[in-house]
Formats: sequence, structure tokens, C-alpha cells
Amino acid sequence: MAARGVIAGIGHTKFGRLPGRGTISMNIEACRNALADAGIEKREVDALFVKVPTSRYEAMYGQKLADAMRLQPRVGGVWDQGGAAPISMISFACMAIEAGQCEVALVAVADDPKSGTRQAYVKPSGDDAIYGWFGVAAGYAMIARRHMAEYGTRAEQLGAIAVACRNHGANNPHAHLRLPLTLDKYMASPYVVEPLRRDDICLVSDGAAAVVVMSEKRARELKMKAPVPILGFGQGHTSWDVVQRPILTSTAAKVSAKTAFRMAGLSPKDMDVAQIYDCYTIAVLMTLEDYGFCRKGEGGRFIQDAGVALGGRLPINTSGGLLSETGMPGMQMVLEGARQMRGTSVNPVANARKCVVSNQGGVMTTHSTLILGQ
Amino acid sequence: MNELPLPERTTLTEPYWKALEEGRLQFQKCKHCGHAWLPPRTECPECLREDWAWQGASGRAKLVSWVVFHLAYHDYFKDRVPYNVAVVELEEGPRMISNILQGRELRIDQALKLVIERENGIAIARFNSV
Repeated sequence: MAARGVIAGIGHTKFGRLPGRGTISMNIEACRNALADAGIEKREVDALFVKVPTSRYEAMYGQKLADAMRLQPRVGGVWDQGGAAPISMISFACMAIEAGQCEVALVAVADDPKSGTRQAYVKPSGDDAIYGWFGVAAGYAMIARRHMAEYGTRAEQLGAIAVACRNHGANNPHAHLRLPLTLDKYMASPYVVEPLRRDDICLVSDGAAAVVVMSEKRARELKMKAPVPILGFGQGHTSWDVVQRPILTSTAAKVSAKTAFRMAGLSPKDMDVAQIYDCYTIAVLMTLEDYGFCRKGEGGRFIQDAGVALGGRLPINTSGGLLSETGMPGMQMVLEGARQMRGTSVNPVANARKCVVSNQGGVMTTHSTLILGQ
Repeated sequence: MNELPLPERTTLTEPYWKALEEGRLQFQKCKHCGHAWLPPRTECPECLREDWAWQGASGRAKLVSWVVFHLAYHDYFKDRVPYNVAVVELEEGPRMISNILQGRELRIDQALKLVIERENGIAIARFNSV
């Protein structure tokens, strides 16, 4: 793109149980913090993108938030892609800026399934409830079983992902769950939907996060102190229900990553650190394969041999991800990617200059990829 | 919450449930492009036409994948955990959610055979190892 976008500011609320707040209040706090981080006033903002809360769908949510913030955005509304929405909204903001539709965008996400309802995650799957087919975890478990059977992927390899994320999060003062994990403890954690254990499954958290997106040129004019260049983005949507996918062990994350890497003119080997959406450990393993960090089926070995903890070849989820920092769907991964590029992470990766961030929603249904630089 | 969560029977899905009560598993097949599918839809998801008919399944199928619920998401299943739920592919192509009945060790891609069971007044399509 001719005019590159940047993440000019990041902000978030506390993560955990925040009763009585509601998503509008949390979105406003995250936006206020993101504007303060960027060092700009609300009046500079002329676009507002927000993810519809998973915990409670409501019509015209984007306009309700704009109303509550006394904004009249040139571009504004809700994007509904589950956990892929944060990066997708950032990419649409970049495209809108490039096309002259707006100049400074706030992109925000808030959810309150912890103090509100977690119905979205445990509901029956239509008429298949007669078989006892309920919830989101079971879809990921169905994929995990097939991956284990086809490629010999082992519980210990999924466990290594959980251990890395939890230990990174334990060092993050903002994390919802600061409880280090060992592989022994992981293996002893009870099955929820076999083959997935409790510690394969992300947190349920209240909270919000937001970013300010603008062009690199505008960031220079406003003398931003730490704008993070957006080098590439892409989307791809598996869309079909798990039951209907001819191949369970690969997703449209391939398309999403290919588009983003091509736009950035980079490849997986250029990445120094990665924030990989970890709603379930199997999603991380398959995303690493589909992004091209290793070949299909070799994700388990890659995690064991290369290492995804700090000090490994590809440190992932350095603020704890969904397994430890917050179960909020996706924006926290973008914030941590920006912190790594600024050198302000609580778990900084030495000399990290490029970071890939993955978002995904549903049961590996929607995918969005972001590549950040310095 | 103690009752089996029954399907919502509609004009579209009624023939599926009625056939099961009569001992037959049916799926939809497009008369135009030949695509076959479940669960019931009003249009062929492949060619988007409405020109389809119900067709009887042979009952031969294979196991695509399965999970074991150790947690009951609904009170009806509290006494059943741990129980399996599987993705099954009929030999005619359609895929569906089901349960595998026998207790032996399951294997990906193993051959299965239809067993229609009655539970709480409804006929349900389940599968057994061949």
C-alpha cells in the first residue's frame, strides 16, 4: 500500500471479573487509554470500529458506543467475525485511511462473559443437542483428535503450548491468571472434552482493549513517540461448520497468512516473535503449521524442537495469551505485538524486529493475520 | 433441564425425523448437480438451486473423528458422562454428528453401520462398528 498504517496507541482495562461495568464502559476506558498512549485528543478521531460483544449481541452496537463517546465518525460500525474481528477491523481501518475515507481510527473490543453470560461458549449445536453435542470446546476437540490420529500429535506437545503461555502470563502484572504451569500439572489436569484438558482451554474474562490506527504520515505530523508500522494483513475464512469440513486438520489460516506475508514481503522465517490466538492449544499448533512455520503435521515436533517459550526459536504469546493474560477474543494479542516492537513487553524478546499476530474466531472458522514491524 | 433437548421439527426437517421413526436414515440430494447433504437445507449448498429430493442412506459410514465429553453441558447428560460424540461420513457423502455405540477402542476412518435407537420417544440415528 502506498500509505502505510501504524498502530499509534494501545490501551486496555483490567482483565478478569469486572461485574457491573458492561461492555460500553469497558470499551470507553480502553479507548481513553489508547488515546492517552497515542498522546492525541478524542477530537482527532474520525472512525470507530468495534467488535460486537460475544457475550451479548445487540443491534447498532457501534452507534451506541459512538453515542456514549459523543463521536460522529465518518466510518463507524460493528464487525462480526468472532475472535478474528480485531485484526480484520485494523485492516479495514488501514484500507479506509488509504482510500481517504477517514484519518484516525479507534478500533475497540470489549466482552463480559465472566460477570455476564457465557452462553455463547456452551450452547447446544442446534438439533445435534440430542447427541450431547454442546459448546465450542468440543469442536476444537474434534479437530485435535483427528490431528493426533493423522499425524501422531501428542498431549505433551499441546501441553508445551499451555506451559509457555501460562509461564509468560505469570510474569504479566495485568494477567487474569498468574499461575505458572508445569507439564506434569498439565498432564494431570482433568479432561473437559477429550482429548482436550482444562489447561488446553482459554480463560473466560471480562475486559476491553483498543488501538489507535492512522497513517505513518499522520503519525509523523503528530510527532508520535512510538508508532508501530503495520507491514501486512490478510484474512481467510474456513466458514464451514466443523462437521462439514472435508479436511479437519487445516484451515483458511493458510490463506490469511499467505496474504499478510505477501503484502509485507516477508516470510515466517523473518519473524522474531509471534502472538498466536490460543483459545485452545490445538489452534496454536495448527496455526503454526498453516502459517508455514513448519510443514503440515509437524506442529507438535516444531513446538518441542524449536521451542515456543522465551528463549526458544519462536517465542509466542509473550504476555500470556488467552490461556493466561485474558480470554478476551483477540485484541490483547495485537497489543502485545505492538509492545514487543516498542520494546515495552514484560517479557521482551531480545532484538525482536518483526512480529506476526494471529486472530481467529468460531471453531477455526474465521482467520485474520497482522504483521508488525519497527 | 432434565429432559432430552429435542430437535425443533419444522416443515423442512419433519421428513428426516419421520423417516427415522420408520427405520430409515435420509439425506438430501440435488437433482441438478448431484450434491448430497445433511443437515436439511432449503437450497443445495453447492449449486444453490432448490431442486432436491430425499434419498435413503445405505447405513454404511466411516468415523471421521470423535470426542469424549467428561463434562455435562446439560443436566440430561449428567448421568451419561463420559460419553462420545462423533463426526460420521455416510458412504453417500453427507456428514453428520452422532454417537458410536460399542465400547471397544475407536479408530479414525473405521467402518460404521447405522443403528436406529429410540430414546424419550424420538428415533435417533447412531452407529456401531462393523
